Amino acid sequence: MRSEIVWLRYVGRRTAQGLIVLWAAYTVSFLILYLLPGDAAALAAGGSDQDAVDPALVAKLRSEWGLDRPLWEQYVTALGRALTGDFGLSTQTGRPASALLAEALPPTLALTAFAFVLSIVLGVGLALTASLTRVRWLRNVLFSLPPIGVSVPVFWIGLLLLQAFSFRLRLFPSVGDSGFVSLVLPALTIAIPSGAFVAQLLARSLRATLVQPYVEVVRAKGASEARVQLGHAFRNAVIPTLTMSGVLIGGLLSGAVVTETVYSRLGIGRLVVTAVNNRDVPVVQIVVLFAALIFVLANLLVDLVYPLIDRRITLARSAFAVA
Amino acid sequence: MTLESVLSASEDLRVPDVSDTEAVAAAGAPRRSRVRALLARPSLTLSVLVLILVTAWAVFPSWFTAWDPIDGVPADRLQPPTAAHWFGTDNLGRDLFSRVVYGSATSLAATSVAVVVGLTVGSLFGLLAGFLRGVVDDAVMRFMDVLLAIPSLLLSLALITALGFGTLNVAVAVGLASIASFSRVMRAEVLSISTAVYVEAARVAGVRWYTILRRHVLPNAAGPVVALAALEFGVMVLAISSLSFLGFGAPPPAPEWGSLVAGGRDYLAVAWWLTTLPGLVIVAVVLSANRIARALERDGGRR
Repeated sequence: MRSEIVWLRYVGRRTAQGLIVLWAAYTVSFLILYLLPGDAAALAAGGSDQDAVDPALVAKLRSEWGLDRPLWEQYVTALGRALTGDFGLSTQTGRPASALLAEALPPTLALTAFAFVLSIVLGVGLALTASLTRVRWLRNVLFSLPPIGVSVPVFWIGLLLLQAFSFRLRLFPSVGDSGFVSLVLPALTIAIPSGAFVAQLLARSLRATLVQPYVEVVRAKGASEARVQLGHAFRNAVIPTLTMSGVLIGGLLSGAVVTETVYSRLGIGRLVVTAVNNRDVPVVQIVVLFAALIFVLANLLVDLVYPLIDRRITLARSAFAVA
Repeated sequence: MTLESVLSASEDLRVPDVSDTEAVAAAGAPRRSRVRALLARPSLTLSVLVLILVTAWAVFPSWFTAWDPIDGVPADRLQPPTAAHWFGTDNLGRDLFSRVVYGSATSLAATSVAVVVGLTVGSLFGLLAGFLRGVVDDAVMRFMDVLLAIPSLLLSLALITALGFGTLNVAVAVGLASIASFSRVMRAEVLSISTAVYVEAARVAGVRWYTILRRHVLPNAAGPVVALAALEFGVMVLAISSLSFLGFGAPPPAPEWGSLVAGGRDYLAVAWWLTTLPGLVIVAVVLSANRIARALERDGGRR
């Protein structure tokens, strides 16, 4: 009975913290986009030719968009609208920014989800194989891959894969969206740097875990190397990796933005790149908020999963309080 | 995102790296065998040489190539790499190697600006947080938490929306997107130094706070911050080239590594060199920067 209340309070506290982060992200993006130089109305009125801007039109747009109000008033109005789901109208199309986001979401979600699975499989697979293997050269080769993986630009990998597997070998389609097959190359593109990141993280924490006294005890009891690593060390080594899930997913999203451009796919990537090109502030803001939301949700999920994995972690104060 | 840069930004996570045998041997050794220790690590030597070469490309481009990066010979368009054109030519007959060489000035300058901006602004915040502590510390660190919640590419894109396009704006945007890592590292260092006994002694002896800052805090805090700067250098080369690939960097015909790769996209099926070779240069630079940063981090931690 008591433990349920503790758990609920923990969830409540974490959710409240998440909401505060979201609010702060909204405020920060508002400040960046509205405070820095660049008059949105002048840009919209004149486009790229700033000399031919009609002052009357600019003034009209400014009052229409509320840009002549004091900043704090703009902020409060915008925040109020945001809480009801109104994130403004796109300056390019006049459609609600939230509608544009909702349309762009499904293809990006599919791509990111597939890329997530791939990066976990690749990263964990590589780290575990390198850790378990007794073959010296294989271990060296495998350990040298992650640093290379994080050093290659996503767009370059995408173009290389496109050249090799799409044009040369004709294994995958290069344009369009014909279902699952079209997802493979883009997802692989994103998964290579992200998987390398996961591999580095897991390899490092496995190394640290395997020198712990309890591992020595398990070995002394006669467990095979596989049992030691997979059965005991892995569960503990995976905790720091879980902590980084939010960052990992953020990286996947960034990778998706670039990859969608490389493969000419529809999605949030195209949405945000077009928006930046046209200084479409509401759309840029809603995409940034969406990314922050995903981060907060990922962290929340991880915080809920922690106590299940590591019994030592109590829900009392923070996820890192040890009983 | 490299592991080390993310780890320095996340204060909850402290996963020690156990395999540092060679760094232990190399640190604290006298000058001459320090150089020998450097040579004993071929990957590190290679990394230093790569960076020296690329810097030379940036500063003295005409030494390395006779071809003009802007004016092409249309008759020679889309030639594969040959002895005359080391990297081949692009769709306007411009020598690709020369464009890469001249582009290194832009790309390296942008990265340097980004590192300086990130280091300065981030360290300032970290200094404020670590030195003043209390409410200021909480406020600054919560602000950094929010910055970490937004992926740096999207943060840079938001900043570019506000600042405008062009190489300088891209550099500033990328720099500002990295202040969270720098501020955390600086804050951690300042906190540990300000609570040290010698600083307490200085304060008791009546030394002013700004002198304490100048003589004790900053010189000792510099090490890890510089190591992070080396690491962020590689990360920022990637970020800047990605943004330039997306088209927000210098407008054509100015060469920049990212936009060179983007320019090759339309000829992907017929001219592999246009996308592959500039990308290889980026990979080499980032790998070298990361390698040097790892070495700096290990050796710096020993002191």
